[in-house]
Amino acid sequence: MKIYEPEYLKPPENVIAAAGRGLLLTLRNTGRGLSILFEALFWTLTIVPVLQHRREVVRQGFICGIKSLPVTATVALFTGMILALQAGLVLRDYGQQVQVGTLVSQTMCREMGPFMTALILSASVGSAMAAELATMTVSEEIAALHVMSINPVRFLVMPRLAAMMVMCPALTVFTNVVGILGGMLVAYTQLNVSPTAYYENAMHYLHNKEIYVGLLKAWEFSLIITGVSCYQGLSATNGAVGVGLATRRSVVISFLLVLVTGYFITRFFC
Amino acid sequence: MLELRDVFKVLGGRPVLGGMSLRVERGQTLVIVGPSGVGKSVTLQHMVGLMRPDAGQVLVEGEDIQSTHGAGRERILNKFGMLFQSGALINWMTVFENVALPLYEKTPMGDAEIREAVNAKLALVGLEEHGHKYPAAISGGMKKRAGLARAIVRDPQIVLYDEPTSGLDPVLSRTIDRLILDLQKKLGVTSVVVTHDLSSAFMVGDMVAMLEAGRVVECLPPAEFVKSANPFVQEFIEAQFAGAGRLPAAKRG
Ligand SMILES: Nc1ncnc2c1ncn2[C@@H]1O[C@H](COP(=O)(O)OP(=O)(O)OP(=O)(O)O)[C@@H](O)[C@H]1O
Ligand SMILES: [Mg+2]
Repeated sequence: MKIYEPEYLKPPENVIAAAGRGLLLTLRNTGRGLSILFEALFWTLTIVPVLQHRREVVRQGFICGIKSLPVTATVALFTGMILALQAGLVLRDYGQQVQVGTLVSQTMCREMGPFMTALILSASVGSAMAAELATMTVSEEIAALHVMSINPVRFLVMPRLAAMMVMCPALTVFTNVVGILGGMLVAYTQLNVSPTAYYENAMHYLHNKEIYVGLLKAWEFSLIITGVSCYQGLSATNGAVGVGLATRRSVVISFLLVLVTGYFITRFFC
Repeated sequence: MLELRDVFKVLGGRPVLGGMSLRVERGQTLVIVGPSGVGKSVTLQHMVGLMRPDAGQVLVEGEDIQSTHGAGRERILNKFGMLFQSGALINWMTVFENVALPLYEKTPMGDAEIREAVNAKLALVGLEEHGHKYPAAISGGMKKRAGLARAIVRDPQIVLYDEPTSGLDPVLSRTIDRLILDLQKKLGVTSVVVTHDLSSAFMVGDMVAMLEAGRVVECLPPAEFVKSANPFVQEFIEAQFAGAGRLPAAKRG
């Protein structure tokens, strides 16, 4: 059982002290965030808690999956269209515009699909998670859970993680499909590539590996978003100001981690 | 039963508890009074292990709560029910679900049994008709009472009340006081009540403790507490009943 007491320290005396304090705090937060994440992952993978809280898991799944569908669809459509237009105009100079399908499908499945989905989810769902948990923390609700010996990680983080772990990859597949269709639209209207040619090109060079790497990313992003947002929420202090801070931090940190870890997954798996 | 031994705690760079010692015997009700911000809520939080003392010990039936973890801590916490100052209801659950929460999560009781137990507790605090409402849709006093129902739903041996009657009208306040008394008389509950309301304090308390500057400056049964020569106590009592002088003599009480 973890209890979050605010810590009050004297302000650091010089630059080195400030840097050291910053480093230590970052390490501490990383450690605590990871421990919450792994605990929630443990509860999720043991299945029984998920079944016990199935109503809440479904509710969270609805919030992060179904409710973000419209914005995801829009973003995915335009991502595919931009990719096709951008690449198509260059390819046309070489008379190779028929290759645009390959480019769009590869880029969507491996990079842009998971990446865009993660950005949307961290901005909409992650920030909401952080704000909700932070409000609960500063209004003593988490303390009340502790007194009832209800584990907040099992009760609050686990359902969110379970929902996110399913919904993030699912939404990513959706984003990929919509993005590729958006590319097809642009290829047909702007580049004179017939849908069949586009489709054949898109599928011919798309291997299982690309799809799996994309899904691996999506899964990893779901851990990042839930872990960061829930940790920020549960460690909030200081009333309404603290809720704002937790929300802001959760989005910024999730964005950065999604970007950086996304690069490394591409680097090592592709 | 429940004891704080020489507890020190610094919060926000300021000592809040400075050598606090308190003792509640089994089946007794201890009332804690004191000025706002003196550390009454902090004292309660130490009793359930939500805060760790910088120095000193918190003993529950002789066991140091801070030296326990996991299952041991859970066994101790199972003896407790706590009403938070803000009610601390889970805001996305209805009043009914909030009160049912400890039963759902921590007991093997079935749905029908839980419904019956929860409705009984809601009736005790006069909320039987508001079970379906969300915390955002009920008044402050109703939140308090819902929090109270949740605190006692598992029939705990020790109940901590943080200002159970603040925000309630005088009639409801006396109802809650009677509820606290009933729990003590019928179920032998040990209670700690934090309050600003001296009538309530004298009604439910076996002992009344006055806090000042992070310490207990007076801890006496109500009858002796009112006669205390301590200037803080005198000032507190006078301030509470200042308006009584303007009532016609017959209505004074
Ligand atoms: N988590 C915290 N962080 C920093 N300071 C705190 C914290 N909790 C309480 N304090 C400080 O401790 C002091 C005592 O607070 P506490 O809530 O116990 O007061 P109280 O006696 O319950 O007052 P009230 O009657 O108004 O509820 C206050 O000065 C408060 O600022
Ligand atoms: Mg208080």
